[in-house]
Order: sequence, then C-alpha cells, then structure tokens
Amino acid sequence: MALFQALIELADDHLVLGHRLSEWCGHAPMLEEDLALSNFALDVIGTARSLYAHAAEVEGKGRSEDDLAYLRSEREYLNCLLVERPNGDFAHTMLRQFYFAGFMEPFWQAVLSSNDKVIAGIAGKAVKEMGYHIRHAAEWIVRLGGGTEESGTRMRAAVYDLHPYWEEMFAPSECDVLPDRAALRPAWDVSVKAVFEVAGLDWPEPVYGQVGGRVGEHSEVLGRMLSDMQYLQRVHPGATW
Amino acid sequence: MADKAWTVAAAVPDPEVPCVTVADLGILREVVMDGDVVVAKLTPTYSGCPAVQFIEDAVAEALRGAGYEARIEQVMSPAWTTDWITDAGREKLRAYGIAPPTKASNSKRALFGKTVVACPRCGSEVTEKLSEFGSTPCKAHYRCKDCLEPFDYFKCI
Repeated sequence: MALFQALIELADDHLVLGHRLSEWCGHAPMLEEDLALSNFALDVIGTARSLYAHAAEVEGKGRSEDDLAYLRSEREYLNCLLVERPNGDFAHTMLRQFYFAGFMEPFWQAVLSSNDKVIAGIAGKAVKEMGYHIRHAAEWIVRLGGGTEESGTRMRAAVYDLHPYWEEMFAPSECDVLPDRAALRPAWDVSVKAVFEVAGLDWPEPVYGQVGGRVGEHSEVLGRMLSDMQYLQRVHPGATW
Repeated sequence: MADKAWTVAAAVPDPEVPCVTVADLGILREVVMDGDVVVAKLTPTYSGCPAVQFIEDAVAEALRGAGYEARIEQVMSPAWTTDWITDAGREKLRAYGIAPPTKASNSKRALFGKTVVACPRCGSEVTEKLSEFGSTPCKAHYRCKDCLEPFDYFKCI
C-alpha cells in the first residue's frame, strides 16, 4: 500500500491547495489575477482528480475519486501542512504557490520517466503547468518584495509565517515508485534563493519545522476547510447535478 | 467501421472554441473497435480543463446518434501538447480571432522564453501580453499595439 499512500499524499496536496486557491475566486484584487488564481485552482484540482482516480484503481476496493475527496475525514487527509495554510493576503498566497510549484516542477520532471505509465502521463501535463505557476508566483514575489514599503513588509511577513512549513515537503516517503523527495531539496533551495535575491528578501534563520500532515495531524484550519468543501456530499450523500 | 466512426467523432466541435473540432485540436487520439463497440480515445488538454467531461459526452452522443454503440476512454500518456493541433486547426483558430500556439512546445524556451505572438486580425507582431491567463485555462490574453485589438492566444504547452 506504499504506492496508494504516496498517491493519496500527492492528491491531497493538490486538492487542498486547489480548494484554497478557489477561495480567491471573485475576491482577487483585479480580474486578471482572479482568472489566474482560478486557473491555478483548475490545474491542481485536475491533477488531484487524476491522482485520486489512479489511487482508487491501485487500492482496488471500488472507491471512486469522489469518495476519496469527499468522504475522508481530516485525520485521513495526508497533505503537507503548507498547502492548508489560509490564503492570507496576496503575498502569502503567492509565496505558498511558489514554494509548492517550485517543489512539484522538479518532482514531476523526475516522474516523467516512471515505469508507471499513468503517473508518467499525469506528470506530462503537470510539469508544464507547474512551470507556469512558478513563473507567475515568482513575478509577484519580486514585485511585492521590491515594491512599496507596505508590499515589502507584507512579503517579509509571508516569508516569516510560512517558514516553518516548507521543510515537510521534503520528508522522505516509503514509496520507491515516486522520486525521493529529499533529493529535490538542493535544487529548490537554489531556485527559491535566486528569486529572493531579486526580490530583496532575506532567507530567514532556520526554525523548528512543523510536520504532521503526512500522518493526518493537521492544524485546525484544515477541518474548517473540509467542512466547507465536503458539506454537500456529507449532507446529501451521492448527490449529483 | 472504425474509419467511419472516426469521421463522426472527429467532427465534434470543441465547446469552448467551436471553430475547431476535437480532431483539429489533436485531442481525439484514436477510434478503435472493441467487438461491436466503438472506443473513442480522448486526451485532456489541461489537467483541470472543465470541458473534458463535456467533450467526452459530446463525442459519445455523436457516435450513438450515428447508430454506434460507443465507449470513451481517457488517455493520459503521452501528454497532449499544442504541437498536436493540426495545421488546419491553427488556420481555423487564426480566422476565429485566436492566435494559434507557436510550435515546438516541448522546449523550455517556448515556455519560459519570449515568444512572438502575431495578431490574428492584422498580422502585426507588435503585440503585448496583458495577462498570462485568459478566458479559458488554455489561453492567455494579448493586445495588438498596431490595430489595438485585444485577442486570445492559445498558450503553447
């Protein structure tokens, strides 16, 4: 079941982040960013769907992608804590996106040559989409970090707030079908620090990294998010429209 | 029989960009027979393309309307790229007012470098990107600096 669990971890990362991004829909400061964030949400939710469908097949217990998304409780969700962090302001949302996409792009790159054809196919799409996300989010980090005093203050606050959460992404997995996550760390460091330098941001001192997401121990914000996301299927099981 | 069924499936228009068909876009990968059942193999453009389900239903409906028993299969690998849009499809996009994607999408340069996007109306190459994200997930938003018309650019992936 190592593969099933690894697929669920990945799928949960994408669905939770996708739901967070979708919370911006209709609330972004301008139309093009509203579209951008909704597009980001579509990308990662689409990837989540493919991953859940594959996980359900690997599990072979007749569960569907919807069962996995809507009928698991908070403690059964295995996403990393970073993706469940609340949207906060634009600086927080874009930094969270940048950290995640900066991790996923090389991850998918390494999956492209996987013997598992389904996961390689998912990677083929996702790797390109993550490239877009990195570019867009990095532009915002530079713009905000080196912008006005206000935007710089907010960007630095986002760096400080999210600092305990990125390390968990690199925690090793027991599944040997997927790439070694810890091995992606040096490349991630280089690309993040390069953008920070252009944005005039300092890399903070190491802090104690928050972990727990991979064993279902989440911050309270995830429960609230799921109660919103799963409400319909919980109240009207099997509802379709 | 598969050839005839292909013709039926291939004629289904894209719901978001009705000027092109699923065959023009290269998302109809294959039509094969499984006994008496026509199996149409489709691939999504973007992971989260909201039109995927709609397109699958439309192709199945078209095949059934033509008297076939039909089934749809989703193919993820190899991943679709804009290079699969046919030349005829590109021309139709241009005529419809959407700048077609530049070729050679597989290179990183196409994704991260500066690409020249010609205005689909006047052909001018003096254009500017207004937004990386346009009216659908597969498009970006541009403006022509010569004829001043805004237009959609089919992103190159």
